[in-house]
Amino acid sequence: MKRQPVSLSEFLIERAIQVFGISAIVLVALIFFFLIREGVPAFFEVPLSSLFGARWYPIEDYFGLWPLILGSLIITLGAAILSLPLGLATAIFIAEIAPTWVRDILKPFVEVLAGIPSVVIGFIGMLVFAPALRVALNLPTGLTAFSGILLLAWMALPTIVSVAEDVLDSVPTTYRDAGLALGMTRWQVIWRIVLPAGRSGVLTALMLGVGRAIGETMTVMMVTGNAPRLPLTPADLFMPARTMTATIAAEMGEVAQGSPHYHVLFAVGLTLFVITFVVNMAAAMVVFRQVKRGERMLS
Amino acid sequence: MHSMRGQHKTSIIPYCLLLLIGGALLGSGCRPQTDTPVAAAATAIQNKGSDTLVNLALAWAERYQSVHPEVSVAVTGGGSGTGLTALVNGTVDIANASRQIKAEEMTAAEANGITPMEFVIARDAIAVVVHPSNPVDQLTLQQISDIFSGKITRWTEVGGEDRPIVLLSRETNSGTHVYFLEEVLRLGDSENKTLFSTDTLLLPSSEGIGVEVRQNPNAIGYDGLGYVTEDMKTLAVSAAPGEPYWPPTAETVNAGQYPIARDLYMYTAGEPTGAIKTYLEWILSAEAQQIVLDLGFVPVGGE
Repeated sequence: MKRQPVSLSEFLIERAIQVFGISAIVLVALIFFFLIREGVPAFFEVPLSSLFGARWYPIEDYFGLWPLILGSLIITLGAAILSLPLGLATAIFIAEIAPTWVRDILKPFVEVLAGIPSVVIGFIGMLVFAPALRVALNLPTGLTAFSGILLLAWMALPTIVSVAEDVLDSVPTTYRDAGLALGMTRWQVIWRIVLPAGRSGVLTALMLGVGRAIGETMTVMMVTGNAPRLPLTPADLFMPARTMTATIAAEMGEVAQGSPHYHVLFAVGLTLFVITFVVNMAAAMVVFRQVKRGERMLS
Repeated sequence: MHSMRGQHKTSIIPYCLLLLIGGALLGSGCRPQTDTPVAAAATAIQNKGSDTLVNLALAWAERYQSVHPEVSVAVTGGGSGTGLTALVNGTVDIANASRQIKAEEMTAAEANGITPMEFVIARDAIAVVVHPSNPVDQLTLQQISDIFSGKITRWTEVGGEDRPIVLLSRETNSGTHVYFLEEVLRLGDSENKTLFSTDTLLLPSSEGIGVEVRQNPNAIGYDGLGYVTEDMKTLAVSAAPGEPYWPPTAETVNAGQYPIARDLYMYTAGEPTGAIKTYLEWILSAEAQQIVLDLGFVPVGGE
């Protein structure tokens, strides 16, 4: 067997991978600069008192961002609070508790659920879900922030379940065997060994799920009513709300390029980008810290 | 009953099952196409804009193409603003609009070397719609204005049941929204700065308003008469207290009685020529205007 020192193909493949890797970073940077270039003029063209006002009505030059930011936040947070425990519990059930045949049925179905287009979920929400919610809770209308929360939690679930399940599945069997050999109960093995071992992966699953929720547009546009009110009290959960994503989607097609409204919409996008960036950074920092602690334990 | 796990493979049986079900569903929908159009159309007209007009524009395009197979008319919606923006950017031949072109859109068009030409191609009444079980039959313009600006918040204040009022509106990019704001909320007074209540639900489509009005007895909404179906209740409207209440119909609109009616427009980039000109002439003909009537709009031309 002859061995070539460094073949041409190997060189090319390495370079290609390098280019792809760098291009991902460049793309994110380009998006960021584009958003800044189009969004920052908004802060000069529109008085800050208007941008930080409580009223969003762009065709009359009311550009208050608070209703949109708070609307996005309560809906995303609500969806996260609902979907995280449910998703994690489902993942634990599929990975650790369910017998093999149940698991073989559940897993593909969860993955199919992840593939349902958001507009279909929104349609079901608008036609079936919101009316039922109105009657059940005796609300003025079913198109509320809460409907958005429930549907987004539903949409985030499959992502959380399938990623978390893969992570739990990749925890080495020897860990579990060791725990069982020490006389731990099955619950203790799951809670004290498997979950901590897969913690960083589980966190990634949760972040991906929340990421899907905050970026989701079509579903929230169809079921939250899009009223730009300021959500300040818990009762506002059961009133309509308007999110940043729905605002951009609904208004970008109409707006004249280069107008203040156009720049403000980009500023909304920039705000959204900064929020997701901060959340991802925070999550990454938690993950890195845990990897270090894990390494310490192993060494 | 323990460590029987590890990296075992997921069985492919459930996937096959799903594929089978999916295949069966698809198969039932897929029949061989028999009515494939043979001749490719020589001329293509791009037509885009108002969602109010989209059904009418589609009906016109279908009828026209059946008579003139050499012309193909591609119709898309998106809102009056979307259509006019596309005209300004030179990406469509005809823009549909349920409002007149704005001054800034005109300026932008001229900056691009385009002079939009306006054609009134139909008229439309904006119907105020409620749930069929709502006992309220009629409102004055002032009452509608007070309801949508949030001054009146319960149905009892206008003679209805003891229920909260849920306001439904189209999104702000809709020509219908702008028209309703100017002519109803502000009663046509340009000094009036009344705004929609912040509680107003801004729905992205006429269908969204229809779905909510049909199932929610608290709701009040507005939309073009062409979008009102049997299972919604339209309110009779009077221009001022003491004046008669008129229901929205083709007769009351043409007689100038129903107070919330407007012209619908098509805009072309400059004086229309060739196929576009012929198409617009046909749209104003009696044959095309009959389609206007069939779809619940009001014909122009006085026949």
